[in-house]
Formats: sequence, C-alpha cells, structure tokens
Amino acid sequence: MMLHVDIKHNLGALTLDMRFNAGPGVTAFYGPSGTGKTSLLRAIAGLQKPDSGEIGFQDEVLFGPRHNVPSQKRNFGYVFQDARLFPHLNVRQNLTFAPDLAGQAAPDLDRIVDLLGLEHLLSRKPKALSGGEAQRVAIGRALLSKPRLLLMDEPLSALDPARRNDILPYLERLKSEGLPILYVSHNMAEVARLADHIVLMDDGRITHAGPVDDILSDPALTRQIGVRQTGAILRAKVSDQPGNGLTGIRFSGGQLWLPVVDAAPGTPLRLRILAQDVMISVHEPTGLSAQNVLPMEVTQIHRGEGPAIVVQMRSGQDHLLSRITQNSAQRLGIEPGKKVWAVIKSLAIAPSDVGRG
Amino acid sequence: MSWLGPAEWQALGLSLKVAFVATLLFMPLAVICAYALARCRFWGRGLLNALVHLPLVLPPVVTGYVLLLIFGRTAPLGGFLEKAVGLVLAFDWKGAVLAAGIMGFPLMVRAVRLSLENVDPKLEEAAKVLGATRLQVWYRVTWPMILPGFVAGAVLGFAKALGEFGATITFVANIPGHTRTVPSAIHAFLQLPGGEGPALKLALCSLGVALSAVALSEYLVQRSAGSDDAPR
Repeated sequence: MMLHVDIKHNLGALTLDMRFNAGPGVTAFYGPSGTGKTSLLRAIAGLQKPDSGEIGFQDEVLFGPRHNVPSQKRNFGYVFQDARLFPHLNVRQNLTFAPDLAGQAAPDLDRIVDLLGLEHLLSRKPKALSGGEAQRVAIGRALLSKPRLLLMDEPLSALDPARRNDILPYLERLKSEGLPILYVSHNMAEVARLADHIVLMDDGRITHAGPVDDILSDPALTRQIGVRQTGAILRAKVSDQPGNGLTGIRFSGGQLWLPVVDAAPGTPLRLRILAQDVMISVHEPTGLSAQNVLPMEVTQIHRGEGPAIVVQMRSGQDHLLSRITQNSAQRLGIEPGKKVWAVIKSLAIAPSDVGRG
Repeated sequence: MSWLGPAEWQALGLSLKVAFVATLLFMPLAVICAYALARCRFWGRGLLNALVHLPLVLPPVVTGYVLLLIFGRTAPLGGFLEKAVGLVLAFDWKGAVLAAGIMGFPLMVRAVRLSLENVDPKLEEAAKVLGATRLQVWYRVTWPMILPGFVAGAVLGFAKALGEFGATITFVANIPGHTRTVPSAIHAFLQLPGGEGPALKLALCSLGVALSAVALSEYLVQRSAGSDDAPR
C-alpha cells in the first residue's frame, strides 16, 4: 500500500476520524458536503495538521507524533476546487512553476500540454481562460511538479455540466499516466467514470470502502449513494457501429445498444446504468420500444425505508441494479434466484455516463 | 542654466537627494511593517498600527519637534549616535532624510498593505504544495503581485518627501546648501522682497518632478502587468 492514513481531527461540528490505505489507481472519496473530505486532502497534503494520528507514504512517515513533513517537501500534486492559477504568470509560466522553482527544464511540458489540450492557451493570462480551461491548466501544473500522488478536491464542481463533460475525457486520459490519485467528489457520475476504488464517507468517518464495481452494485448502499444516483457499472467493449444512430456493445452477459458512441470496435467502455432507469419483467417482453432486453437472474434484494426496493441482478460477471416499488416486487414475486428480463431504454443512458476504460 | 540661479539649483538637487534616499531607506521598512500588519497577529499590533499612522495625523511641526527631542545632539539617542558612529542628524541633510522618510512612511505602508491584503493566501498555499519554500513563495508569488502597490507606495512616499516642510524645518532648520530643500527655499524666497520669481520657478520645478514621478510609476505598473508574452 502506498498511502497510509490514520488520523483524528476535530473540525468543530464534526470529528474527522479516518483510517485507510490507498494503492495505485484512482481512489474516490464520496460523501455529502461538509463531511470532511477537503480537510482530509489538506491533511494529506500537509496544509492542515491533524490533531493526532499518522500519515505515511510508502516507507516515509509524513506526519506522526514527532514528524510533520512540510507541504513543499511532500511532493504531492494538489488540484483545488478553484484553479488557483497565478494571475501574474501566463499559462506556460503557470505550468512550469514547479520546474522553474528547482531551476530545471520541463521535459514533460509538451506531453502534458498535448494530454490536456492546452497548446492554444500557452501565452494567455489566467484571467482570459474559461473555468474549464483554467482547471485543465491547474491539473497540468500539478502534473509538471512530478508528484508522487495527485490529490484532486472536487476539481469539476465549479464548472457547469457542459464544461464538466468536456473535461472528463481528459481526466480519463490522466489515469493512463499511472499516477495514484485521490479524488474527492460529491458527484456520483464523475466518481463512477473515474474511480477504481471508492471510499464512502459520512460525518467525518468511512462507512464503506471497496472496488468501484462492488460498491456501486451493492443494493444496500443506495441510501448513502443517493436513490437517484444509484446505478451499477457495466464493463463492456464496443462491438458494432451499424451507422443507424446506435452503437452496439458487448459485455459478459450479452449485448446492449446505446446512442452512438464515437469509438472504434474493441474500445473498452464503462457505463453506469441508473437503477431508476431499469425495468423488470418476469416474462420475455415483446413489442417494446426499448432496445435492450436482457435475461438476468435476481441475486439480492434490499428493502429500504421508502416505498421502493433495490434489486440486484446478474448476467455473466456483470451486475445491474433496478429500483422498483415494493408493490411491484410483491406482485411479480421478485426474489433471489428468479429469472427475469431487465429492460433498458437506450436513450436512458446519458453520454456523460459512458466513459472510456 | 541661467533660468534657475545656483541657490535654486542647490535646493532642487538637495530635495531630490533627500526624497530619493528617504524612499530608498524607508520602503523596505514599510514592506516589513505592512507585512506584519496585514498578515501577522501579534501583541502590540494595534500599537504599531497607531504609531505608523501618527505622522499622518500629528502636526508636522510636532513630529519635527519630537525628532529633535530624540535625535538632537543633546538628546539621549542623538548623543549616542554621534559618539558611537559619528552620525549627526539634527541640522544636517541626513536629518532631513529622516524627517521626510518618517512623514512619508504611513503612505508607503498603507499602499503596500492594501495590495498585500488583496493577495489571496490560497495562491500562496498553491505555490507551497508545488514545492515552493517560504522565501520562494514570497518572491515568486507574493512580491510580483504586490509590485504595483509597492511602486505606488514608493511614488507617494517620494512625493511626500519632496514636499515635506514642517517637520524638516523644525528638525534641521533652513540652512542654505545644507538643509534648504525646495519647500524651505520657496518659503525663504517669499520672505525676501523680489523673491517671487525664483519661488515661482521652484514651484514649477516641484510640479514637473511630481508629474514625472507619477508618469514613471504608471509606466512601471503597466509594464509589470505586462503583455501576455512578457518574460519574467
């Protein structure tokens, strides 16, 4: 494990009490606002000293009873919610801020500029950038400091939904850099596209943690994830591009049709299918406008406090969640082991819920 | 150079020298003071703030008199300086520098402090995470961002030093060739019959110097704001 955190910190209204290890890939911290996510990142970055505990990275103790490595020596990248570009420097000078401090050249500059699509912005001043552009520059600036770990604090939350969707593909490409990333967010759509691991937080504590596929397909976590945010992740590959406005994708349990995705056959995709968009039929339905009817087996049922229940179904190695009323479940006799058909409208799968990789 | 007589030239040269040296010596102090007032919380902060602003609200003659009480040759500190390093301030151009500097100090501190308060500490935090030491944060981020305020403070201080009369004449008197700055010279000319001509010329000179200083500062601020490609 690369990063080891075990800290307590009093934040007034709540106490941050976190203990976890994070490895390679993207670890997302998801929870409501005001639950201590930002404070956690600040403690890891060395911007805020926890009351007690320990923070270690690989074999190095960063914070402990007798240790507190200052921020500038931790060599972590930090992308803030607001881009925090230096207004007196242009984009190029912002990008090379860290190498300039060390009096070094920035051999990675061209590659990072290319990765984040910044060529045409290099000579601009930050005040002439849009929110999305500024945030891309901030990400590039952090990357060019050659961090051992990248901390991202809701980097998209200050952007409108359209800009957010513009920048997500860049973040997906960022994953290919192989840098471990801690990603804080209260937007499940982002988390579902980027995360390898999820840590669910509430009231300063970890409530659940695990691989993204497990957490998002767990029907018992619906309430914490948000009833309208709940949806399992399906791993698939592009299989057909018939040119009729649809794209065919193949996953372990069969085939699905989506609104056209601009990707070559074989491209791996991960898509989130919201539980509220999945219908269940106990007979094979015919004469539907919906494009996708998948035979599945009910594996778990979770009854919450509300009028709905969440049904987990499996097909191949992949799971789907469906949220239906308790009344429907009773009427149809839904129970674990039952063979059912899941019905998904193609158009219910938003482009922003279809990610690469 | 017959337009100005030798006495006028002398006064103008002395005034420029005094104002320049006063700005040069007091600006670094003003930056430290502004930083302490803007960023630090310490015991006696209110007292320091009041002390810095005192010359702005006190009658200049009183400030000059206080200087005389502290730095006069028979005063404790003045006597000590003379014995220890041979520095005599009273009735000397160096004393005029002290008087002018102290009178301009509140203006310098205010300008720098205002621009310091406009620098978002979040930017300094961002620099720190990128690996900047405290010193590097200062000269890579904070300093370039307060530069326009610094220039404004220096110009205000310079202009104030150039025009300073009350404290100067009280502390160092009005000795031709030694402590007779432009304002003192104008005052002296106006006491003499037929002195209006030189007085008016010196007044025009003051106007010219003041306008040039403002123009220079505008130019410097513009340049530091810079075009997009300006290397730094």
